[in-house]
Amino acid sequence: MFFLKKRRIVLSFEEHPRLKEVKFSLSKIIKNPLSIAGMSIIFLYLMIALLAPTIAPPKYEHEPFRIPHEGYSIIPEPPAPGHPFGTTTKQYDIFYGVIWGTRTAFRIGFMVVGSILVIGVVVGSISGYFGGIVDEVLMRIVDIFMSLPTLILAMAIVTALGRSLDNIMKSLIVVGWPIYARTIRGSILSIREEDFVEAAKALGANDFTVIFKHILPNAIYPVLILASLDIGAMVLTAAALSFLGLGAQEGYADWGQMVSLARNFIVGPPDQPLMYWYVVTIPGLFILFFVLGWNLLGDAFRDIFDPKLRRK
Amino acid sequence: MNFLNYIIRRLLLLIVVLIGVTVVIFILMALFSPAQRASAFITDIKQFGDIDSIIRTYGLDKPVYIQYFNWLKQIFQGNFGWSTTVSRPVIDAFKFFFPNTLELALFSAPIIILVGIWIGSLSAVHRDKPVDHFTRVLAIVGWSLPTFWFGLILLMIFYGYFQGLFPPEALGYKAHTFVNSAEFVRYTRINSIDALLNGELWIFVDAIRHLVLPVITLTVVQIALVMRIMRSSMLEAMGKGYVLTARAKGAAWKTVIKKHARRNALIPVVTVSGWLFALMMAGVVITETIFNRKGLGWWWARAATQLDIPSVLMAVLFNGILFVVTNLIVDILYAYIDPRVRLG
Repeated sequence: MFFLKKRRIVLSFEEHPRLKEVKFSLSKIIKNPLSIAGMSIIFLYLMIALLAPTIAPPKYEHEPFRIPHEGYSIIPEPPAPGHPFGTTTKQYDIFYGVIWGTRTAFRIGFMVVGSILVIGVVVGSISGYFGGIVDEVLMRIVDIFMSLPTLILAMAIVTALGRSLDNIMKSLIVVGWPIYARTIRGSILSIREEDFVEAAKALGANDFTVIFKHILPNAIYPVLILASLDIGAMVLTAAALSFLGLGAQEGYADWGQMVSLARNFIVGPPDQPLMYWYVVTIPGLFILFFVLGWNLLGDAFRDIFDPKLRRK
Repeated sequence: MNFLNYIIRRLLLLIVVLIGVTVVIFILMALFSPAQRASAFITDIKQFGDIDSIIRTYGLDKPVYIQYFNWLKQIFQGNFGWSTTVSRPVIDAFKFFFPNTLELALFSAPIIILVGIWIGSLSAVHRDKPVDHFTRVLAIVGWSLPTFWFGLILLMIFYGYFQGLFPPEALGYKAHTFVNSAEFVRYTRINSIDALLNGELWIFVDAIRHLVLPVITLTVVQIALVMRIMRSSMLEAMGKGYVLTARAKGAAWKTVIKKHARRNALIPVVTVSGWLFALMMAGVVITETIFNRKGLGWWWARAATQLDIPSVLMAVLFNGILFVVTNLIVDILYAYIDPRVRLG
């Protein structure tokens, strides 16, 4: 008896197919130079975000996201000791802003994509598994949302809810879930008719078990790829909305807003046209590399998990 | 017959989606107070003095569904409310701003599609060669670029070092005055086209100079996208049996690429073109804001920050209609080209 039990455990550990697939995927991820580049970039940003209090100690203890500023002069000051990246208009410290802005970016990316992932998966599963009239209604709602450009619908929602970073996130969640719902529905439709689903149903599994234990684990990959690509895209859209002036109050550590603050100082006086280069360039580069990191990773994931390319 | 059925089915779907879009807009509107909502019904600035009568006339204190039908009735009569940002009725503002945006789109779309397809297929044909690596890196960087930042960098370089070469706004002062004078006939209200129709070459040149930077800003991100789609669909097409057959028959490699592989590889690009249009409208908001080019995007961005509700709702409605209609056209074209679609 003991022997049998032991053997079963060993078997499940060595040959569980899902575990084997995960291992195979991991080995592929490690071998792919693009994913390594992407992961390194994201790791760097993660470090910056985690170590923000050490790298740039907050001046206002209870409001670490408030960028410290000395004086109210609107003319930016070039990099100098104490202000490694210089100051932007109204003397907000650029270094402090980009470091704490990293935390803001992660918060936006994870909160927005996490929420739309959950909503999208639930709606898509219901739609794909039950089909019929439920599917028809849900998919028409998805159609309606997908017929409106992300930025413009988000803009309208933020206008309605009032300007703030939290409202930008809410609006991106409202705008973002439909494509997830549609993707997961598509992969569920192709899996629903498989023999193992029939087998699970025949064994008496209820709908909940069938969806969450048998169908979803096999249908989730396309959505996960979408999610990794979307973290960058959502941070980019949020930055654009901040840039347009729909984000947090002035002086909040947010990359989009910092680019927006730089708008009056793009071109210097005629004899020194690039005098204020640091004001716009530095926050912009932080956005660019953050998005690039996620896109590289998402791209690599797509190549790795695409069943057509997977075993080649 | 089958084809006709397909079109009818699509048209019915279009109506469902459009009704849905109006419902979404109406829900958005319900988030505002009745006094704020009243501006969506105003046609004349004088009416602002008597908001209460507007609320009563359009039943803004009545149940939601009555309000919805009242609002819909106004929309069908062409009353979109009053835009406080530009101090004129929304519908007039739309007519005023639309040509500038259309001009930007007319110049950008061909560049996006032609350059994207060209580089994408080049990359696929020279797979894993330096050209391919280079364009792939370019595509992923381009796709990660914050449009608003890229535009500002262009501004920094071109306004700083080449002053006056590519100026902001839509027309220079002299050209602007001339365009609005009696000598100049506005056929289309699109500056560059009207200039040619009037035979005023200098205005055409002026309009083009004002277009260069916005077009670059608007195209760079989307070229990256088209390039990527084209590359992967081209690679797929090149691995198909008919390409091999054509090669086996002795057709030249160039002919095979052009006539066999590329034709079929274009289908996915056609599929996403409706979606690209929507993406372009989002890019227009940013681009026009940066270059101070007075078009729809410039107006909407200002409206959103200044709580100009009717204009923002108009933006949503316009984009919804644009997307649905372009997709319908794309789908019909697609079904016409590829019989598998309408039979499936």
